[in-house]
Amino acid sequence: MKETAVRNPSVAVDLAARPASEARSKATLRQLLGPLQVLISPLVLLLVWEGAARAGWIETKFFPAPSTILAQFWTMLFTHGFWVDLGLSLQRLLIGLLMGAVPGLLLGLAMGLFRPIRIAFQPLIAALYPLPKIAILPLILLIFGLGEMSKYVIVAIGVFFLMTLNTFAGVMSIRPIYFDVAKNLGASRWQTYFTVALPGALPGILTGLRICTGLGLLLLVAAEFVGADAGIGYRIWWSWSVFWVEPMYVGLAVIAILGFAFAYLIDFAERLLFPWLRNPSR
Amino acid sequence: MTTEPKVIVRDVERTFDVRRRAFRALEGVTLDVQRNEFLCIVGPSGCGKSTLLRMLGNLEKPSSGLLQIHHESAQRPLSAMIFQEESVFPWMTVAQNAAYGVKITGTWRGPESQRRVDELLEKAGLSRFRDFYPHQLSGGMKQRLSLVRAWATSPELLLLDEPFAALDEQNKALLQQELVKLWEEYRSTVVFITHSLEEAVLLGDRVAVMTSAPGRIKEVVSVPFERPRALASLRRSGEFNQLVTGLWESLREEVERARAAELRALAGRVPETASGGAR
Repeated sequence: MKETAVRNPSVAVDLAARPASEARSKATLRQLLGPLQVLISPLVLLLVWEGAARAGWIETKFFPAPSTILAQFWTMLFTHGFWVDLGLSLQRLLIGLLMGAVPGLLLGLAMGLFRPIRIAFQPLIAALYPLPKIAILPLILLIFGLGEMSKYVIVAIGVFFLMTLNTFAGVMSIRPIYFDVAKNLGASRWQTYFTVALPGALPGILTGLRICTGLGLLLLVAAEFVGADAGIGYRIWWSWSVFWVEPMYVGLAVIAILGFAFAYLIDFAERLLFPWLRNPSR
Repeated sequence: MTTEPKVIVRDVERTFDVRRRAFRALEGVTLDVQRNEFLCIVGPSGCGKSTLLRMLGNLEKPSSGLLQIHHESAQRPLSAMIFQEESVFPWMTVAQNAAYGVKITGTWRGPESQRRVDELLEKAGLSRFRDFYPHQLSGGMKQRLSLVRAWATSPELLLLDEPFAALDEQNKALLQQELVKLWEEYRSTVVFITHSLEEAVLLGDRVAVMTSAPGRIKEVVSVPFERPRALASLRRSGEFNQLVTGLWESLREEVERARAAELRALAGRVPETASGGAR
């Protein structure tokens, strides 16, 4: 009875003989606090960590207390170097993403739509995709040197494969009947691409984009470890070499925040631009 | 010239490769569809009636034989098809879906076309849902929307492939009446595939019965009821029931034959291909 009352205030009046407003305020409170539930476990972890560090149970040389890291973060926010690092890494990530995602998108669409292209590229992609992209980092550094281009390229290569495969899968998952509708009505090639293939593949494309930002960050940090003199990855590596662990944790936190922000941004854009994706009727 | 049939089908055959074996879906199909006629096609499942319709809709090509559709006006698209499966685009709103056909066939003429689309949406009871996406609609509404999308193009040939098969009885009855009303008002040539004999007799001017696979036209029966038709009262008339019973006699033979062929194929003794060849 209690459950019913909370979920459906209007029923509560008849069944539970309880003021509807009380039930309603309980419901809204739950709605308001609901999203905050995700914070519970990270907060508990941080609290335990903080307590353990202060009590001396863990080695603070390796695991400084969260409050110490936060203080370090705060001071770094006012240094010029922090923003240079962040700006550079963001620039590398975005340019690399663009360089990899756009060709990947086009090849994925082409593979999905044209059999000859599918036959030509699918074995190639399947063979190269499982290769860990970090393994070719030395080669990339050799070819492109220590400049910006090597960072763009390593991100782009990783992103390219993921984007190709996800877009391809997206096109293949479009129900054939949608193509039948277009064909029956006499749609031209380009009309079919733009009204059926592209929107139909969007769920796959967006999934690809989501994974790509994660992989892009990973490759970027790896590249900055060994082949850069600025950037968040470089800063983490540098912290190790000077044995100063707090900036390292700040770098890790920044990467985590970036990953979260990108995921949130993509979700937001998706909800805004493609409302039908939230509840696709397939 | 005006007495020339709208659609001429002569000796059409269609073979598919199924697991490296040739499967003959249609064989020697010969049929005329008259201008502005409402023709229903019934047949046992798997008899190739959908294949025949897909050929008329330019989605398949005959393996051999002649298939001719008389295209009268460049202002109107040749055909528009309505499928049994859900076929409205989930990425378009109701309004965009409704206008899609007209826009894609290149027959869009600005406000005039928009008026027609709006009018049909209104008739289909979808006006209030213009900005909704299909996932927010019921199954019946989605099927009405695909009807609007096809009809808005004023096709010379409207092709329907068991459009109401997936709907519940109430929705089906309502949609049948709406379709008949629309057709009586706008008139165009309609080919309507169904497995329901009642539906065929209710809607059609003529009913073509197909044989089991490989499908051919077994007989064509004229439906004498006048227009406009009130489907509800027609259903209860004795003449209606007589027609349906007669058609069922004709169809039952084919259904039984199809069943026997299925059983043989399952037993694996006789290849599914040539089962009808002896006839």
